[in-house]
Amino acid sequence: MSNTVIPLLLDSLASAALIFFAAVGLTLVFSVLRVLNVAHGSLYSIGAYVAASICLFIASRQLSPYLSFVALLFSAVFVAAILGPLIERTLIRWTYGKSEAVQILITFGLFLMLEDLQRMVFGVQSLYEDAPVRLLGTSQIGGVVYLNYQIFLIGMAVLVVIGLRMLIRHTRLGRLITAVVADREMAQSIGIDTNRIFILAFSLGVFLAALGGALAMPTSGVAPGLGADTMVLAFAVAAIGGLGQIEGAAVAALIVGLARVLAIYFVPSLDAVAPYAAMLVVLLIRPYGLFGAVTARRI
Amino acid sequence: MRVVLAAASVIVLAILPMFAPWLQFVLTLAIAKGFAALGVAILLRAGLISIGHAMFFAASAYGVAFLAARGIGDFASLLILSVVIAALTGVIVGAFLVRYRAIFFAMLNLAVSMVFYSLFAKLYGITGGSDGMAVPIPSVFGMVLSEPAFKDVLFYLSLVLMVVVGLGVHRYLDSPLGHALSAVHTNEVRLEYLGIPVWAVLLIAYVVSAALAGLGGAIAGFAIGRVVPDFAFWTASGHLVLVAVLGGIGGVPGAFIGALFLELLHTAAVTVTDAWNLIVGAALIAVIMFMPKGLYGLFAREKGAER
Repeated sequence: MSNTVIPLLLDSLASAALIFFAAVGLTLVFSVLRVLNVAHGSLYSIGAYVAASICLFIASRQLSPYLSFVALLFSAVFVAAILGPLIERTLIRWTYGKSEAVQILITFGLFLMLEDLQRMVFGVQSLYEDAPVRLLGTSQIGGVVYLNYQIFLIGMAVLVVIGLRMLIRHTRLGRLITAVVADREMAQSIGIDTNRIFILAFSLGVFLAALGGALAMPTSGVAPGLGADTMVLAFAVAAIGGLGQIEGAAVAALIVGLARVLAIYFVPSLDAVAPYAAMLVVLLIRPYGLFGAVTARRI
Repeated sequence: MRVVLAAASVIVLAILPMFAPWLQFVLTLAIAKGFAALGVAILLRAGLISIGHAMFFAASAYGVAFLAARGIGDFASLLILSVVIAALTGVIVGAFLVRYRAIFFAMLNLAVSMVFYSLFAKLYGITGGSDGMAVPIPSVFGMVLSEPAFKDVLFYLSLVLMVVVGLGVHRYLDSPLGHALSAVHTNEVRLEYLGIPVWAVLLIAYVVSAALAGLGGAIAGFAIGRVVPDFAFWTASGHLVLVAVLGGIGGVPGAFIGALFLELLHTAAVTVTDAWNLIVGAALIAVIMFMPKGLYGLFAREKGAER
């Protein structure tokens, strides 16, 4: 039994790590900006496309394959630095304080535009370059073969959880963000540049999404439709954890990953249903999510 | 005056395919989506945004395919039964969901619709997986028709239904029950104090909107001749909201005008460019940003929605 369950568990943990990257960005943006970004999944797939293009370029020039690891990180920074401020300044800022319906519709419009822009820039064929996976190779524990890259992914997710917690609890920027989340008007009145915080927080969310996409690319490639698929999964995870809860998103990603393992193990045909069924059950019982609270601080 | 205008546009719609036969399919599909968008628009009146109404669209389309495969070959029975299926689904889903508001209502609808989507896509033995199911040409009152003849019947029936159902929905929205919806939007507590059960008001609206989406789905299923899981995907739900908002959610014609406008523009645009979503996305953002008056009551409570 362990021979089948452990690889499955590792597999689902790795995919949970990837969904976590997308969900934590969504949840971070929601808690600071109070905007549900429906286009968040597109930023994930753009990160994947940029990473794939750079990695393919590295492979075609026969540069050192280790550069592809740098490329994965660089593409996330690149996407965040360009699209983060651009989208926040031109579109998202306009929706602050508007009803959820307006926010959802504006960002859905953005989603449609980004989907077509990706198609125009990167084409409709799927891109795939697994140099990072091949570099890390495989290892064997107890007769079961693992991809080391999967363990790398899980490590990265843990790193992001710890990093975000450190950022928010122990840095000046983190305290400024906490202040803005707690009371936007008060933060503004004591001289915090909320606009700057919004740009930074949104760009950080874009970075996390793009990083998730970039890290996912070597395992599964990228093709049109990835953004839409990721969006609902990220949404499910963020909602289960409670919108605005960073650690909640991590736990929710684990729950979704586990639900998938159980589904694959017992009813293989229902593995795709598991995340949404979990979301449905959690939301019906606790609409604010597992860790969300109506009045508690939201980060 | 408005009645004359509406009648004139329906007559133009009825005559148009005689000169341009290829338009018939486009118009049938537009009317189908108009029904679904009308359903979404009813809920928008109460300030509830559903990113999941494609599930009723799909439930009814799959209902047609299932019943047809089980030997029901009559057009009228298939249409009525599939709308009943959508409405019953609406009763069950709505009974749980109308307790929630704002973003939670939107998210729960999304969750349910994605459960539907993955079930349609994954239960290969029952639903045919991502290949979907074929919708055969049914008999109309015992007459076996050729495909073009059936498509004619379908188109003109859709037109008639658009007028009849449209009038019905107009009456509903103009009734105390319909006005209670905007009252939910402005002040829900006040409504409860007046002794009007908000839960029941919303559940009725939810079931009506599900039935409308179902009617649209059944027509679309017949028109396309195949149902696929993508009917229930969340982007399809998003498009329904988009149509409802673009058309303006103030009145019944809005949804159909929005759907016709988008489908015709789509047909024209695909010959020139394949960046269709880019155009629609930009148009949606532009409408919301610069033409809020076209959006009637949706933004009326902007200030109140701030927290």
